Amino acid sequence: MKPFTYERAASPAKAAAAALATPNAKFIAGGTNLLDLMKLQIEAPAHLIDVNGLGLDRIERTDAGLRIGALVRNTDLAADMIVRRDYAVLSRALLAGASGQLRNKATTAGNLLQRTRCPYFYDTAQACNKRQPGSGCAAIGGVSRQLAVIGTSDACIATHPSDMAVAMRLLDASVETVTADGKTRAIPMVDFHRLPAATPHIETALAPGEFITAVTLPKPLGGKHGYWKVRDRNSYAFALISVATVIQPDGTGRVAVGGVAHKPWRIEAAEAELPKGAKAVTAHLLAGAKPSRDNAFKIPLVERTLAGVLAEARTA
Amino acid sequence: MERPGDMEISRRGILAGTAATAAFAVVPVSEGNAAMTSGAAPPMMKLSLKVNGKARELELDTRTTLLDALREHLHLTGTKKGCDHGQCGACTVIVDGRRINSCLSLAIMHEGDSVTTVEGLGTVGDLHPMQAAFIKHDGYQCGYCTPGQICSAVSVLDEIKRGIPSHVTADLTAKPAITNDEMRERMSGNICRCGAYSNILEAMTEVAEQRA
Repeated sequence: MKPFTYERAASPAKAAAAALATPNAKFIAGGTNLLDLMKLQIEAPAHLIDVNGLGLDRIERTDAGLRIGALVRNTDLAADMIVRRDYAVLSRALLAGASGQLRNKATTAGNLLQRTRCPYFYDTAQACNKRQPGSGCAAIGGVSRQLAVIGTSDACIATHPSDMAVAMRLLDASVETVTADGKTRAIPMVDFHRLPAATPHIETALAPGEFITAVTLPKPLGGKHGYWKVRDRNSYAFALISVATVIQPDGTGRVAVGGVAHKPWRIEAAEAELPKGAKAVTAHLLAGAKPSRDNAFKIPLVERTLAGVLAEARTA
Repeated sequence: MERPGDMEISRRGILAGTAATAAFAVVPVSEGNAAMTSGAAPPMMKLSLKVNGKARELELDTRTTLLDALREHLHLTGTKKGCDHGQCGACTVIVDGRRINSCLSLAIMHEGDSVTTVEGLGTVGDLHPMQAAFIKHDGYQCGYCTPGQICSAVSVLDEIKRGIPSHVTADLTAKPAITNDEMRERMSGNICRCGAYSNILEAMTEVAEQRA
């Protein structure tokens, strides 16, 4: 790791102000992704702003739905009884990710902001536009089995690695933030993560210094919740693909997919095809996909996994 | 068709399995770092915490992980450094009642915390039941992953007892049961290169039954 100075933030707005005022500063919460990357010098902040201890670790029921503090740990969010009962897809997605040790540390906001697991991003000897803008993308034409099939660009084919974010997108969550001047806003999940386009190093809609205070969920949707994650081993592995669904008794519902794009992938119009089945939904959802030879299998895998989730929703 | 190397890379990719995380990006990242200029002493900070019930005071380079603070500064070498990237679980310790990877945590972020390492669970003359059960059931071969396995195993039984669900819990709203499937899933963050998994499971089962 490169040397860095360290402070404990006194409030969310002060954290945002410090981040804006200090060159090359970063917030640190659980640290499970940032410290990993700092050890590899893929991240090299000069200053860390510790945002633990700001009282942002509560889950509150509100008139609008549920408000999840930015610092709520993945374990606590997955184990919360309201989440388990009313937003089961979120609980399932969290429990499908990482290990028990990591979920005990990792936070809600940090999970949204985790960096890609593209092997070319991790290997500092390789070209990567995300790690070093303008250096090129060694993943294109390289080993791309794990990488994106849709929403890609000539600059980047990385995926977003989060399971939790797929459920948050499915549930139409909003990301609440504060800036240095104390202004707050809510960013809908659909707009929170960006596609890579020509600037894959800019991954979210956050402005410099902008700090996440909470993630909110609308009222429960009811229906049957499912999160199926397909991976090379049954536990503690990133998704090849994942399928999150909420299916209503009349066969309508929602579908979001992970492991296929630079952001959780959901096309609302594709959900109209749900009564016709998995093939029709997938054809719409992944229309225009540009897989490589290595990862073309992800498209039929999404279809078959969705078929499995839908069959389960019908029988249970 | 699968080409040589495909599986190797995917296995390594999987092993880097940190789906959950915690680093709030401040965008954009600019260069420039006074602390990084050559010759400058690295920033140091004071830290007070409790380790195995004993108050400890340290002054550390801000970069020191909790793992390195325990091993290099407090000379508690029971906790092991395996991958140093949160993938293997050898560094697992219990902080304020929860197991974490001590390699992925900065020591200075543990001001006032209470840390339990394998040395704090029991002593040679007074073993923790999980330590005794690992010996009885041969829950190790080389022993390098064992301190992390034992800290994790103690926490796993506690997590099930506290009703925390897992990926294999069939009914999310019910209290999880102590089953082989539950324990195996919850122990997946601890890798044993010798493959002592089935004996570790027997040790955990015995302790769970003692407590039931």
